[in-house]
Amino acid sequence: MGTAPLSRRTFLAAAGLAGLSAPLLSACGGSDGSSGKTIEWWNIATTDPGKTLWPQAVKEYQAAHPGVTIKQNPMENDAYKSKMTAQTASGKLPDLFHTWGGGVLKQQVDAGLVRDITDDVKPWIGNLSPIARQAYEFDGKTYAIPYDIGMVGFWYNKAHFDKAKIDKPPATWAEFLEDVRKLKAAGITPIALGGKEKWPGHYYWAYLAIRVGGVAAVQEASKTNDFTTDPFVQAGRHLKELVDLQPFQNGFLGASYSSTDGQAAQMGNGKTAMELMGQWAPSVQRDMGEGIGDDLGFFPFPAVEGGSGAVTEVFGGGGGNAVGRDGPDIAIDFLKFFASVDNDRKRVASGGYLPIAKGAESALTDPNLRTVWETLNKATGFQQFFDQAFPPAVGQEVNDQVAALIAGKAAPEQVAQAVTQAAKGQ
Amino acid sequence: MAVSVRKSAPGRDAASAPARHRRAARSRRRLRERATIAAFLLPALVLFAALVLLPVVFALYTSLFRWGGFGWPDEFVGLDNFVRLFQDEVFLGDLWRGFVLIALSVCVQLPFALAMAVLLNQRLRGRAFYRLLFFAPYVLSEVITGVLFTMIFAPDSGLADHIMDAVGLGGLGIGWFASSSTVLPTVFLVMTWKYFGFHMILYLAGLQSIPKDVLEAASIDGAGAWQRFRYVTLPLLGPTIRISAFLSVIGAIQLFDLIWVTTAGGPVHSSETMAVTMFQFGFKRYQVGYASAISVVMFLISFVFALFYQRYVLRRDLEGAVTSMRGRR
Repeated sequence: MGTAPLSRRTFLAAAGLAGLSAPLLSACGGSDGSSGKTIEWWNIATTDPGKTLWPQAVKEYQAAHPGVTIKQNPMENDAYKSKMTAQTASGKLPDLFHTWGGGVLKQQVDAGLVRDITDDVKPWIGNLSPIARQAYEFDGKTYAIPYDIGMVGFWYNKAHFDKAKIDKPPATWAEFLEDVRKLKAAGITPIALGGKEKWPGHYYWAYLAIRVGGVAAVQEASKTNDFTTDPFVQAGRHLKELVDLQPFQNGFLGASYSSTDGQAAQMGNGKTAMELMGQWAPSVQRDMGEGIGDDLGFFPFPAVEGGSGAVTEVFGGGGGNAVGRDGPDIAIDFLKFFASVDNDRKRVASGGYLPIAKGAESALTDPNLRTVWETLNKATGFQQFFDQAFPPAVGQEVNDQVAALIAGKAAPEQVAQAVTQAAKGQ
Repeated sequence: MAVSVRKSAPGRDAASAPARHRRAARSRRRLRERATIAAFLLPALVLFAALVLLPVVFALYTSLFRWGGFGWPDEFVGLDNFVRLFQDEVFLGDLWRGFVLIALSVCVQLPFALAMAVLLNQRLRGRAFYRLLFFAPYVLSEVITGVLFTMIFAPDSGLADHIMDAVGLGGLGIGWFASSSTVLPTVFLVMTWKYFGFHMILYLAGLQSIPKDVLEAASIDGAGAWQRFRYVTLPLLGPTIRISAFLSVIGAIQLFDLIWVTTAGGPVHSSETMAVTMFQFGFKRYQVGYASAISVVMFLISFVFALFYQRYVLRRDLEGAVTSMRGRR
């Protein structure tokens, strides 16, 4: 869960400004990290538990390897993305840097800026969960090592469900819509949504497409760049069914995800019944609101009637670290250390991450996170976040168009066409 | 000049020798003077070239490429980016929204600032306090302002909604930042809150430089308060008003921080400005060539506006400043 995803999506506002200063920063932040045994490591561990765990791991590694210095450079995540844009333009990436994998990493790989670590990690990578590794492998080659993995699903308030006389979480989309009606009738706001940031909305469209056409349909579309196929248009129509019920909190179009009145706070303060969010949701709910403790439950995204996607196919993502083109072997050795069961257990025990190394799952104590992890492990298909899996321009277009659909300003067919146009323009 | 003198007076070399010497000395001195000026200007010029001109030229260059920001741009597309730009509904919307914000700034914000300035120029208990109070928002950073107002305009729980409820207008259900139809006026409200104090201080400074005796003379001639304002104060305040309008327009064209923090351009682009669109494409979609095209258009709009404004509106005000060379020659 994620401090990683959490922090990467936190405080968009401040990040925007930080982004402005990023080109300036990069001008004075030139690294000489590859010289000798000093490694420069750019990451996004700016909030706890990562803020504590990352330096701790560095300290331990340095103690065991005298002469090695790992210089950490943690950045707030949107600032990090902006800085990476400037940095990739300059043609040199740090020795070790955070990545979410997918389309963005692929672009950097294609530009020849990332070291191919396939052979170096072959002896030990088998110990890591295949789902967690997936986002960092292209054409059978490995470019990064994960430290976290997770998935998106519905987090719900059991007390509100009881009050609306819903006895079990919905298993199908029709049931889900029915439950939304029941919640409304009981005077409860059914769903919290951070409409200003757009990415929380894209989860609905993405998941619906996966339920209608399966992960296979998404993979197909990412190859053909054609998003006008049935699953994506259907996804838009189903989402519109939901939007037409007006299930979101008042003023959701201006709400962000993590602010004191945002999506997470709405859930954390018990004001709404559900949110569709990743494995990091409980910790952000506690951070931005009070948290609802044992009332919080988790259910997977419901199946869509007649859809070919199984309910066991999941949508999510994680975080990892890649090695820059000129990064030294010692950086890879550090990644091995960082991905070890011991270190993974520490991360999992903090309640902020899900296990990526085999054997670390015993440290997982939170029942909801255990459910998430079990669902993830039983998954028959995995699709990464669209805004990471696809090239950035396509991912952003998905976010933009789905936001317009949710605001009632775009038809399902328009969304599919606009995304296709962006994909073909790549 | 020197040439013509020599030609017209060939036989009077001896007599003109000292004069020629003097002239030569003067031109040497002038040369040295110019060299000194150049030497002093050089560092600033180098900095200006490296930090302002070069990036401008580079943006012009990259705007002709399809470029993702990786490596050196190599896919030349000519003016395609610009063609695409002027077919893009969002960008055309940016232009319209920019125009609306400029119009509101000049027609609402500035008169309001002027009214406050005139008011606070009167003898008034605690006017120094009010001046400070109204100027204070200008000192705040735009990000702080933005965060502050997202809280004030938070749906249901925000201060704005509480006030609306208290005055019995809660039933209107104004969405503030959260509705496409109210977001632009709301943003303008915040802009006004932040910037009117700055313009007010400008006007106050202008008002204080108006000689009292002119106003007194007008009173003696029988001019009423409104006539004194309309025919004495306003014309004498002209230069200040013209400069403040200029700053206001340029500021509105380049508006970014406040929008980014409060709405990020939403809902559905309805508060997006050119700078926000540029940021989206440059830093989110990695379409740096296209983003450069937007920045070039922004630059041209500001540049052309600045030129015309200086040429036709500020001409008299700037005489003796920018055009001082005329006086020297």
